[in-house]
Amino acid sequence: MSRTLLEIDGLTRRFGGLVAVDALGFTVAEHEIVGLLGPNGSGKTTVLNLLSGVLRPDAGRIAFRGHAIAGLPAHRIARLGMARTFQLVRPLASLSCHDNVRTGLAFGRRRAWGAAADAEAGRLLDRVGLGGVRGSLPGELTYIDQKRLELARALALQPDLLLLDEWLAGLNPTELDAGIELVRSLNGQGITILLVEHVMDAIRSLCHRCVVMNAGRLIAAGLPAEVLADREVVRAYLGEDDNDRGGGHA
Amino acid sequence: MLLEVTLSGATLGGMYALVALGLTLQYGVARIMNLSYGELLVAAAFAALWFYTGVAVSPLVGLIVVPPLAFALSFGIYRVLLQPLVRRAKTRDALEVDSILATFGLLFVIQGVMLAIFGGAYFSYSFLAVPLQIAGATVAANRLLALVLAVVIGVGLYLGLTRTRIGTAVRAVAVDPVAAELVAIDVRTASALAFALGGALVAASGVLVSMFLTFNANLGVVFTLKALVVVIMGGVGNLLGALIAGLLLGLVENYVAVFVDPGLTLAATYAIFLIVLLVRPQGILGRASR
Amino acid sequence: MTVRDGLIGVVCLAGVALLAGLPFVVADYGLSLAINIMSYTVLATAWSLFSGPTRYVSLATVAFFGIGAYTTAVFVEALAWPLVLLIAMAVGSVVASLVGLATLRLSGVYFVIFSFGLAELVRQLVTWFEVNKTRTLGRYVFADITAAQIYWQLLALAVLVFAIGFLIGRSRLGLALRAIGDDETVARHSGIDVTRAKVALFVLSTVFMTLTGAIMAPRWTYIDPAIAFNPVVSFTVLIMALLGGVHRLYGPVLGVVPLALLFEYLLARFPNHFSIMVGLVFIVIVYLIPRGVVGLVEDTVRQRTAAKGAA
Ligand SMILES: Nc1ncnc2c1ncn2[C@@H]1O[C@H](COP(=O)(O)OP(=O)(O)OP(=O)(O)O)[C@@H](O)[C@H]1O
Ligand SMILES: [Mg+2]
Repeated sequence: MSRTLLEIDGLTRRFGGLVAVDALGFTVAEHEIVGLLGPNGSGKTTVLNLLSGVLRPDAGRIAFRGHAIAGLPAHRIARLGMARTFQLVRPLASLSCHDNVRTGLAFGRRRAWGAAADAEAGRLLDRVGLGGVRGSLPGELTYIDQKRLELARALALQPDLLLLDEWLAGLNPTELDAGIELVRSLNGQGITILLVEHVMDAIRSLCHRCVVMNAGRLIAAGLPAEVLADREVVRAYLGEDDNDRGGGHA
Repeated sequence: MLLEVTLSGATLGGMYALVALGLTLQYGVARIMNLSYGELLVAAAFAALWFYTGVAVSPLVGLIVVPPLAFALSFGIYRVLLQPLVRRAKTRDALEVDSILATFGLLFVIQGVMLAIFGGAYFSYSFLAVPLQIAGATVAANRLLALVLAVVIGVGLYLGLTRTRIGTAVRAVAVDPVAAELVAIDVRTASALAFALGGALVAASGVLVSMFLTFNANLGVVFTLKALVVVIMGGVGNLLGALIAGLLLGLVENYVAVFVDPGLTLAATYAIFLIVLLVRPQGILGRASR
Repeated sequence: MTVRDGLIGVVCLAGVALLAGLPFVVADYGLSLAINIMSYTVLATAWSLFSGPTRYVSLATVAFFGIGAYTTAVFVEALAWPLVLLIAMAVGSVVASLVGLATLRLSGVYFVIFSFGLAELVRQLVTWFEVNKTRTLGRYVFADITAAQIYWQLLALAVLVFAIGFLIGRSRLGLALRAIGDDETVARHSGIDVTRAKVALFVLSTVFMTLTGAIMAPRWTYIDPAIAFNPVVSFTVLIMALLGGVHRLYGPVLGVVPLALLFEYLLARFPNHFSIMVGLVFIVIVYLIPRGVVGLVEDTVRQRTAAKGAA
């Protein structure tokens, strides 16, 4: 077992009366790919928002590379080496693809600028398969390519930990295979990945471990195959009255 | 002395709360940041002045006549001037910027008209300017009457918004326009109504204010600013918050005016505003946004 | 640097040289008009330096302009001129930093509201101070400065504001601002310290406003708070910048020239209805040319090329 990169403990966030994340705790080790699963509205995106600094937790601890980051502003967390994509893509609309990536390079850990940054931006766009559209505006890209662009922007931060919020959703089978390959290769390159996902094929083939949430709480953790067969997980996904059909899809 | 200052501060605070209630309707429901809001207050004050000194009609009658006119005028302004902006805006932020700009222009038009008619001089009229004794303190009858009327109007508005169908629709739009649309609330009409209602409220406040304050054509900006500060302090869209914040602001201002220096009242407003921004930017009763 | 950049540079230099020669060829009236246009050029360009990329409508231009003007009025007789300008810059930056730090970490509305009353606040504070401490409301500004000298100083300031705007556009700060303008959350997630960028830019933009006020003060021989903090100035700057277009550095000046001339005419023709006229002009601009002249031209060109591409 390698060193712990991310440690969450007692993480809680309320929206009015709703407890979206409820005393959640789990860890992610270096070089792992961990799947964060759960039915719709179970609080997965909220967890990522708490991690990356969009939201401030009401209670709980988040340790990332040994730093207590709960409640820190997002730019500080980003500079510590955590990057993310958004469930609904958010490209910087008036910036070209090239400039989108350059923002991550200029203000992330590398603070790269000038010719070196330009070259690196090009390399990152190539890496996600957008080599041909550097000068285009994000609005001219397909939805899938916008997702790729967002990934390249996240990679520009040179992250240790990458948070992917349903990054593989909505891809066709060929794109899905390429996407899975890309995520795997990023992991191979040393990036730890926390992945929110509904696509079961992707979870099975990518994740080393999974944690499952329901209504803000942790209900299971372990190897993907075990977790997906867990009775409580199946019940959470399929609803109380369903009989045991074995976890297979969401 | 302290009691007197507190009482007259409460009157002022009641006015601020009423003024802010209207603004919170316009901003919270119709999503219009109306910088010309205070101009309508001053216009109503001038109307009451004209009623009283020109045709010898009591400001109490003015209170019945002026707000409906302001309601109609505001409804017209919303439909003609602001709805095109609502239609054109892609996001809430875009609408905010557009409405700020458009109503900033409107501010100078309305102010210009009043300056052209009345000039920059200060006006006041003497209505019910008789001292009353309350628990040993002396209060002018017109102030007390204004406070009572403000309370009546405020309570009436509160009941109207919480107990009627239209009121519920208006509040629903304030919380979530998209969801409101889904449950078949006519968001456009509700917004127009809220904006017009805000106009009627500020006009009513203008009539009340004219009974006990001196005013001039340039005063609108200050009232707009104070109303905005109260709305932010109370938490946008929060009626009770606006009430508390309005009273607080009125009291503090009056204490500063009496015990420190009348030239520093706006500074006091800003000081309170700053404290709120630094300590509780979501407002006294508001919820955290992050 | 490409040939095109070099060519633009040469044209700019020639333009500045020509403008610098203006006081030798025009009469008094022409010079005062030129001073007016030049000061609004600095103000409007500085305004859009901040408000263009952040989309925060600042209504506080005259607060800083007035601070500059008052600084001159207070110190011009006692201190050397460069020192007066330095003090003006310092006072303006301190106020701007306080305002920026208090409001710019929150959403844009707070900033707008704060800036909306700022000029009035400063005006009342100055009035209070003058009445209670110095016991004089107005001040005479006795400075040994000719109109031509004022014009040249403003021209230098204009060159400076354009140069800085140009450099920001190519700097990290420029990229940060464009990202912030598009999506603040994403900008933060790219490691941008959004508040710091905004405050830095706000202070920078207000320094130009303060300096303009300081330089312009000797134009009035007498100033009082109502003259120095006249809200119409904030309003005029806003309209000019919007008419020209705030998303390009050269946009605002395209609004300044026609409107300065128009307002000159309106002020002479309808002195008592000036603010009504200006308000109406403004509303028309907001409705009909929301992206300014520059945006209008760009959109038209884009449509033309699109139509040609389709044909
Ligand atoms: N900013 C917010 N304000 C109020 N409620 C929120 C906010 N963000 C999330 N919620 C609520 O918190 C709950 C969890 O939402 P979240 O987006 O985290 O779910 P999720 O697991 O990501 O769902 P999905 O699979 O549909 O993406 C939901 O009920 C949602 O409505
Ligand atoms: Mg989600």
